[in-house]
Amino acid sequence: MLDSKVPAGPLAEKWSKHKFNMKLVNPANKRKFTIIVVGTGLAGASAAASLAELGYNVKTFCYQDSPRRAHSIAAQGGINAAKNYQNDGDSVYRLFYDTIKGGDYRAREANVYRLAEVSVNIIDQCVAQGVPFAREYGGLLDNRSFGGAQVSRTFYARGQTGQQLLLGAYSALNRQIRKGKVTSYTRHEMLDLVKIDGHARGIITRDMVTGKIEAHEGHAVLLCTGGYGNVFFLSTNAMGCNVTAAWRAHKRGAFFANPCYTQIHPTCIPVTGDHQSKLTLMSESLRNDGRVWVPKTQEVAEKLRQGQLKPADIKDEDRDYFLERKYPSFGNLVPRDVASRNAKEMVDDGRGVGKSGVAVFLDFADAIKRLGKDTVEAKYGNLFDMYYQITDENPYEQPMRIYPAVHYTMGGVWVDYNLMTTVPGLYALGECNFSDHGANRLGASALMQGLSDGYFVIPYTVGDYLANLGSFAPVDKNNPAFEQTRKDVEEKINTLLSLKGSKTVDDIHKKLGNIMWEYCGMARTAEGLTKAKGLIQELKKEFWSDVKVLGENEELNMSLEKAGRVADFLELGELMVDDALNRAESCGGHFRLESQTEEGEAKRDDENFTFVSAWEFQGENQAEVLHKEELVFENVKLTQRSYK
Amino acid sequence: MAQHMNLTLKVWRQKNDKTKGKFVTIQAKDIADDMSFLEMLDVVNEDLTRKGEDPIYFDHDCREGICGMCSLVINGRPHGPKYGITTCQLHMRSFHDGQTIVIEPWRAAAFPVLKDLAVDRTSFDRIQQAGGYVNVNTGGVPDANTIPIPKRIADEAFESATCIGCGACVAACKNASAMLFVSAKISQFALLPQGQTERYERAQAMIDQMDAEGFGSCTNTGACEAECPKGIKLSNIARMNREYFGAKFFREEDVHTHS
Repeated sequence: MLDSKVPAGPLAEKWSKHKFNMKLVNPANKRKFTIIVVGTGLAGASAAASLAELGYNVKTFCYQDSPRRAHSIAAQGGINAAKNYQNDGDSVYRLFYDTIKGGDYRAREANVYRLAEVSVNIIDQCVAQGVPFAREYGGLLDNRSFGGAQVSRTFYARGQTGQQLLLGAYSALNRQIRKGKVTSYTRHEMLDLVKIDGHARGIITRDMVTGKIEAHEGHAVLLCTGGYGNVFFLSTNAMGCNVTAAWRAHKRGAFFANPCYTQIHPTCIPVTGDHQSKLTLMSESLRNDGRVWVPKTQEVAEKLRQGQLKPADIKDEDRDYFLERKYPSFGNLVPRDVASRNAKEMVDDGRGVGKSGVAVFLDFADAIKRLGKDTVEAKYGNLFDMYYQITDENPYEQPMRIYPAVHYTMGGVWVDYNLMTTVPGLYALGECNFSDHGANRLGASALMQGLSDGYFVIPYTVGDYLANLGSFAPVDKNNPAFEQTRKDVEEKINTLLSLKGSKTVDDIHKKLGNIMWEYCGMARTAEGLTKAKGLIQELKKEFWSDVKVLGENEELNMSLEKAGRVADFLELGELMVDDALNRAESCGGHFRLESQTEEGEAKRDDENFTFVSAWEFQGENQAEVLHKEELVFENVKLTQRSYK
Repeated sequence: MAQHMNLTLKVWRQKNDKTKGKFVTIQAKDIADDMSFLEMLDVVNEDLTRKGEDPIYFDHDCREGICGMCSLVINGRPHGPKYGITTCQLHMRSFHDGQTIVIEPWRAAAFPVLKDLAVDRTSFDRIQQAGGYVNVNTGGVPDANTIPIPKRIADEAFESATCIGCGACVAACKNASAMLFVSAKISQFALLPQGQTERYERAQAMIDQMDAEGFGSCTNTGACEAECPKGIKLSNIARMNREYFGAKFFREEDVHTHS
């Protein structure tokens, strides 16, 4: 049984008491420690800046050409905080409760409460940095309701909240780079973790421009490397997002938790063809005014697909506004997992729209009638333009076509309450860890978690670890562990470069994506998952025997970069399938067809599955061992989620 | 159904920053008009890879127009022929069958070519490091609503803050000036109350760093504004110049009387 190290005491006092009980590092001693931060998105940049401000020496690493490009930048909608500026009944407890319930009771109570608690500090911090949040005419901050929340607690910066928050964290990081407290390594990829006496003491990186394999030592290593959605090939993630740093750490002893919990976002632009490289999200805020529908009959849907009918030709009584019909109280604003599953159901029923038939409509005609085109344009203009650029269709004149796409991964590296993994000295922050969103993440909560972990949690918890080391000595660069790990990395690169088969890396990655989407996507069955496991194992063999990797190590080499990442995705994919197979209940984004209510909703099995699955690596091609962390709910009562 | 087309690409190929580059002609066959421009390059790269030839290296990441990583000068225009979008948002329906497309990297002394179409833009980071921030530590800041900001000012600051740091302004400018980029950040903070305490020092430090990086000067042609995918306005440069001259005459302590 895993120890989450959640402090004792009443929920609302845990974090305060814990902060007091943790040991501190004397200001004069902080400069004797070096902390490595991998990834410079919201979690990484905020952690690096905050730790450097305290006096630690920090090294940051990112694969992009600048820390500012991390994929946090693409978040559109907003960031939640329990400020209750709107006097509409919000509170820390309500944000906590909504997040626990939204996660379908598969998250850790104490972590979620802390998240809600520090959410208010995040907004203060960002405003002090000059983040230009949306404001009311009186000059105070504006809020909106987001993702079906019944209070307005979402702060936003038009449709680019992620960019503005990241630029805030990036500016704080830049300030510390200027002061010499942070050394920034860009176009660098972490390829392995170095352990000395069981503790994380460094990483091995590849300089992507020169190919140089470098060892970096530190007293602690923070993984802030985001999610693993690109295991599906197509997702809303950036092209470069990958699991490699987290996966290689997993193979060095960090348990991987709940890998099967993936979030499929309901409102994305549908796939057009095999050439598709990524999927574009249309903000969830569109569901505030857009109505989701498909034709009532397959015949009408077929005529639409053939172009014999236009959406406007279809009378209201021939349309099925299926979310409004099935969930009268939440309507089009049901949580993401519910909305996605229902769209799939319609498509599976032969009532999908668009040429491919794999889409549903998101219609603004009524909103334009009710509010006027100008108002709709003011609210969603940039999103409508984005849609038009991609599809060449005008959403003011015809309904948008949308379909669910992989967006976020709730699973990730297992961490305790201190965000420490099962490897002492190794931490995981932000989307990279598993801890706060359970089996389904609510809208506008990802930005909150990244910044909470980076600004307000890790500065305390990492200090406790360092203070307890009992030594201020620098990490011994000459320890053989560095040389050995570097050799392992070089060997792996040489093996990859020796592969001269007939398939491109993308060929294999696309195949993997199809398997994952088909069998480990929105609906999963024991039979399908078992089949998927076999398919992935075959694909893995195909990769290692028939893939083609070009060029050499000593150059910018995209073929090599991709190959290393896909090799890891193949291994992760198999673990995701194992995890999905093991969890014979439905919860949040994990929907097992065998476990549903009479109305077709996700049916949890609390008696048997109220735990976190944490997987331990055993060696190449060996089955991983499952460890369980029991989830204890002392404050909320587990109920069947209902949005009817 | 999607229309398909064949294209002739003239692509800048360069092994690394130490070797000389040249244009190489590559045929792009059977390209669907609903592909994005970068997906067209993906298809070309898959073809090259199958043939055992080195794929074309280009920078890209989010592919939704916000990370600022993609670049490319396409037929002489940064981010291609359309206004207000990045290269990753450009689709092949903007081209026609049989067309020749010339693809080059950003060209500027301060953006050395790393390989093929990818350039080194770390000079932009160094300019931001010189002063593109408010000097506040984590924690100990006042409640967010104790700093009311008139909506008009907040909106204007936001407009400046939308810069994605792609460098198209530099690529568009005959002098390879970075003034639009630098002025956007200086403007954001010059407009906001949070930026006042270091207003002039910031402008001075960022402009000094910009000059040290080897960017050219501004001659007011406005090409930067025309090619900026985020519509950053030339008026930011005017504001930056005022800040810069302000720095010669005022100190931060004077801000309250001169802002």
